[in-house]
Amino acid sequence: MFLKQKIFAIITVVLVIFIIFELVRRKKMREEYSWLWMVTGISIGVLVVWYDLLVFITRLIGAVLPTTTLFIFAILFLMIISIHFSLKISSLTNQMIKLTQELAILKSKIEKKEY
Amino acid sequence: MGKYLVLMPSFNEEGNIERIILNIKALLKDIPVVVINDGSSDKTSFIAKRSGATVLDFPFNLGYGVALQAGYKFALEGGYDFVVQIDADGQHNVEDIKRLTQEIKNDSADIVIGSRFLGSTVYKMDLIRRIGVLLFGWIVTVCIKQKITDCTSGFQAINRRALEFYCQDIFPSDFPDADIIILSHFAGLRIKEVPVVMHKSPPEKQQMHSGLTKLYYIFKMFLSITVTLLSEKPKRISNGGGLNVS
Repeated sequence: MFLKQKIFAIITVVLVIFIIFELVRRKKMREEYSWLWMVTGISIGVLVVWYDLLVFITRLIGAVLPTTTLFIFAILFLMIISIHFSLKISSLTNQMIKLTQELAILKSKIEKKEY
Repeated sequence: MGKYLVLMPSFNEEGNIERIILNIKALLKDIPVVVINDGSSDKTSFIAKRSGATVLDFPFNLGYGVALQAGYKFALEGGYDFVVQIDADGQHNVEDIKRLTQEIKNDSADIVIGSRFLGSTVYKMDLIRRIGVLLFGWIVTVCIKQKITDCTSGFQAINRRALEFYCQDIFPSDFPDADIIILSHFAGLRIKEVPVVMHKSPPEKQQMHSGLTKLYYIFKMFLSITVTLLSEKPKRISNGGGLNVS
């Protein structure tokens, strides 16, 4: 891995971790949504810094270049994050459905009492 | 006589709803009509209230299944013994309500489905829809080992046992058709079909069920049925000593 590639990867990782940390600190992002981003950033950071581990994993998965391994892991983490969001959205949709149904029933009861 | 109400999920039905509510009120004097206004952008809610119906207003559109389930919850909380659900587009024949309620009162089934294919009248629908109804009807028939001719019918009567089951999270938020019939069978609910007269859907509703919606319906139904068949069977609902109907 070239030094330029390494520096670029490290800067990106540090930037992602910093942005996520700032969003949590400013209460713009809930802690429960930040951990997957943190894990992704730190994992990519470890792979970039610990080059022997990156080479070992590259051989293990049959990739040719270590940079390919980095890309594969980045895509893999993004997929996990997307699935995590799909789960969260499904859960939120179910909660929203229940609340809306309750609201509609309660509203009709109130209207019945008023008139 | 068992206490019941008529549920009518509606979405932009200002043109039909008054006539249907008044027809129901004329036929079934003291039976409450509950309209679930699924986020209509027209005057559906106002007209339904003016016609004497109780209206459950959704602030936005959430889908047919969610609207129906809100009606089930309303009926369950209100202590009703059973409900009749009817479409708000005028497709169903109001006079047939009594045919459905009679089966529930006789306790011959927990879910009574009004089938457009059992009677002598011929219901015309386009080829793709006809194939879909036949295919899913056949799948349900095989799965529950009971002949079901019209699994997509929204004209149904269901008793309290079925209401309790339908108020759970398992109830589908969109297209509660073949999958929920199979699930109900596994839960030990008795299903019966009776012949009813159905008119052709209005053109605007046919448009709603076209194109990608049809494809999504087929995908959703196959996935839902497969998941239902592969999942652990729902806890069987006990008979509970019969219904409070006479």
